[in-house]
Amino acid sequence: MSPISSVGSFVLLLALALSGYSFLAGLVALLRPGSEGLGETSRRAGIAVFGAVALAAALLVTAAFQDDFSIAYILHHSNRELPIAYKFAVLWSGQEGSLLFWSLLLSAYGLVLRLRYRTDPKLFAHASVIIASVQVFFLLLLNFAAHPFAIVEGAIPPDGNGLNPLLQYPEMVIHPPMLYLGYVGFTIPFAFALAALVMRYPGEKWIQITRRWTMVTWGFLTVGIFLGAHWAYNVLGWGGYWGWDPVENASLMPWLTGTAFLHSVMMQEKRGMLKVWNMWLIFATFLLSIFGTFLTRSGVVSSVHAFAQSSIGTWFVVFMALTFAVCVFFFVMNRSHLKSEHKLESLVSRESSFLFNNLLLIVACFTVLWGTLFPILSEWVQGTKVTVGAPFFNRVNIPVALLLLLLTAVGPLLAWRNTSLDSLKRNFLWPAIGAVTVAVLMIAFGVRPWKDASYFYSLMTISLASLVAFTVASEFVRGGRVISSHTGQSLFAGIVQLGRRNTRRYGGYIVHFGVVLIVIGFAGGAFNQDQEKEMGFGDKMKLGPYTLICRSYTQDDNPNYGSESAIMDVEKDGRLIDTLYPERRVYHASNQPATMVANRSSFKEDLYLVYEGQNPDTGRPIIKAHLNPLVMWIWAGVWVMLIGTVLALIPNALPVRVAAAVRVEPVVVGAGD
Amino acid sequence: MRRPILSTLLLSLAIIFFVGAGDDAHFKELGHRMMCVCGCNQILLECNHVGCRDSDRMRGELMTALERGDNDDLTLQGFVQKYGPTVVAAPINKGFNRVAWITPFVALGLGISFVVFVVRSWKNRPAPALADGISPLPTPESNSFRDQARKETEL
Repeated sequence: MSPISSVGSFVLLLALALSGYSFLAGLVALLRPGSEGLGETSRRAGIAVFGAVALAAALLVTAAFQDDFSIAYILHHSNRELPIAYKFAVLWSGQEGSLLFWSLLLSAYGLVLRLRYRTDPKLFAHASVIIASVQVFFLLLLNFAAHPFAIVEGAIPPDGNGLNPLLQYPEMVIHPPMLYLGYVGFTIPFAFALAALVMRYPGEKWIQITRRWTMVTWGFLTVGIFLGAHWAYNVLGWGGYWGWDPVENASLMPWLTGTAFLHSVMMQEKRGMLKVWNMWLIFATFLLSIFGTFLTRSGVVSSVHAFAQSSIGTWFVVFMALTFAVCVFFFVMNRSHLKSEHKLESLVSRESSFLFNNLLLIVACFTVLWGTLFPILSEWVQGTKVTVGAPFFNRVNIPVALLLLLLTAVGPLLAWRNTSLDSLKRNFLWPAIGAVTVAVLMIAFGVRPWKDASYFYSLMTISLASLVAFTVASEFVRGGRVISSHTGQSLFAGIVQLGRRNTRRYGGYIVHFGVVLIVIGFAGGAFNQDQEKEMGFGDKMKLGPYTLICRSYTQDDNPNYGSESAIMDVEKDGRLIDTLYPERRVYHASNQPATMVANRSSFKEDLYLVYEGQNPDTGRPIIKAHLNPLVMWIWAGVWVMLIGTVLALIPNALPVRVAAAVRVEPVVVGAGD
Repeated sequence: MRRPILSTLLLSLAIIFFVGAGDDAHFKELGHRMMCVCGCNQILLECNHVGCRDSDRMRGELMTALERGDNDDLTLQGFVQKYGPTVVAAPINKGFNRVAWITPFVALGLGISFVVFVVRSWKNRPAPALADGISPLPTPESNSFRDQARKETEL
């Protein structure tokens, strides 16, 4: 037996014992008053779990670096010629490693929580026990169902099967960690919410404590999802970035409920309302995160993400059922604690807009869940499986997304409690004129919404996105003007001050602006073009304003993979503007192909070339060219969302001292967050 | 004499061009409503596996059906009969599969009705009675958190 396997197995058992102790001792300490000492040992055991799981993860990575193929996981997911960066990625490239990584991140989040316990020892002790229970589940899986240190039976092969070629891409080194940081991170607000319910914790302090956790987690999930989209765009080579694959859907669902929670939680913070709703939103978000892992790992639905599938689904189903039962039990016991402190005063108010915003996000989530599971339902009811793919999701979700976009524009203009129609008209007039102007300009430039549904949706999307952008801009300008008029600073300085004084609100607006850029990028999909052609030396293909000329095609070989590629000159208006190298690789260890897309990207459009293969009769390459407008706006939008999220996490700067003794009325600036 | 000939020629070219473009668009539209059956789980026209014989053959069959003048339903039915119901990328709006299309919109309608109902009932109800242990009047602690929330979200 390999020494790494022996030590790794022992460390995993130790981690299970420690987390089991942390859970049980913590539980006893909570049930028996005066057991502070026992509670402290539970906290320390929870901290030690991090050390044990981190050591296990480090051992698995070390085994990958040492090419220790006596460990089955390393044999199946690595090989001697695998580049160094991807040896790290081995940790999350298979099922057992992914679960270990889940456990590692959870223990790291738990470590931070347990080190910060002084903020509120009792609430943190409850949350710590809940986290320990989740940790126990994952460590049980690792020890008894998906052991990462299991050894190979029989003779040890001289080399491994290698990492899945689709995963051998730089973004794959960071995409799964980001996604997992998002999935796992929702355990923390879930733990605090359940703890607050169990304790009948007074007030909204738990929300204050978890607000930053939730935003950080949401930020990681956002980045993770879009890194996955970027990876799919550049690696899968079908010209798109989102295919509504079940595993993609699995990541989108907790994101949607998490987004709803980030909005509705403001109603609880500011008005003491929607307490039941918020509690269940965060429960649902956590359960959907687990459900996502279940979908990825169980193989219950067909997916292109067939990196790791097995029979561990039953474990997840039991865990989800138990978690749900615990949530329902404490909710039924303590629901009287969650009564609203205020009543709603008007349908035209910020509160109502949050309700509708939540409704649309939940409907979108339900639709995604419904479409993902419908093939199973169909098989159960009709005896035949049907496919629910992109045409279904696009047709059903686009109307919901458009309504959501409209609400994103209107919501920030509404005041808390009640908004007069006059003030709404006043704030809404110029953004609305701007959005209509954009629509008219699009029609003038040749978009004919009456000719095709996709053009109609594209026009609506870009117009509504413009409406959101104009309302966001008007909020900044109005607020900046108030500050500059009282301080004598320039408008720009006033806007900067505004952002610093209220990072959460204006960070949120920047996130909305990022969403605007992203949906404009999505809308560009209506104008995609593509063409496929066998290209000999000097052959030409015309696509949009570009002429593609095949200069040469070649083959290469290195220890990791063999490749075929074409050298394609790109001309525009008769002038050479670029040379692109679409490539197709076949990895030696796994004998699997992978596409290396050649992409010339700009804010206007992407010229995206795929080496489809060779005609076996002529030996000439077949090139598929896509012209995808506005795709870069999506990636730019993600950066903007990230900047907004970071800004919203920064504490507010102190209010600017106003020279004259003039009272600044909040209502003058805007309608409030 | 030359002008009518030229006009006829241009008109013929335009018809050929637009009819051709229509066929191509129709091919793309239908091709995006079907899945490749090679197991890649991709839309037929997006399957890009090297040497995937299924997608090439299916594209050929689709083209033949369009050239034959089959309507969309007939074409899709032909594919369903040959490759099974999973070849269609979204459930056909018939029988039980109709439930797939209706349910999201029913959920949206019910949701909107529910929110409107909730808002109206909240508007009309008296100030809420609170559970034991929660003071109906704001406590200093809750006040401080509300104050912090207000500072964080308003100017």
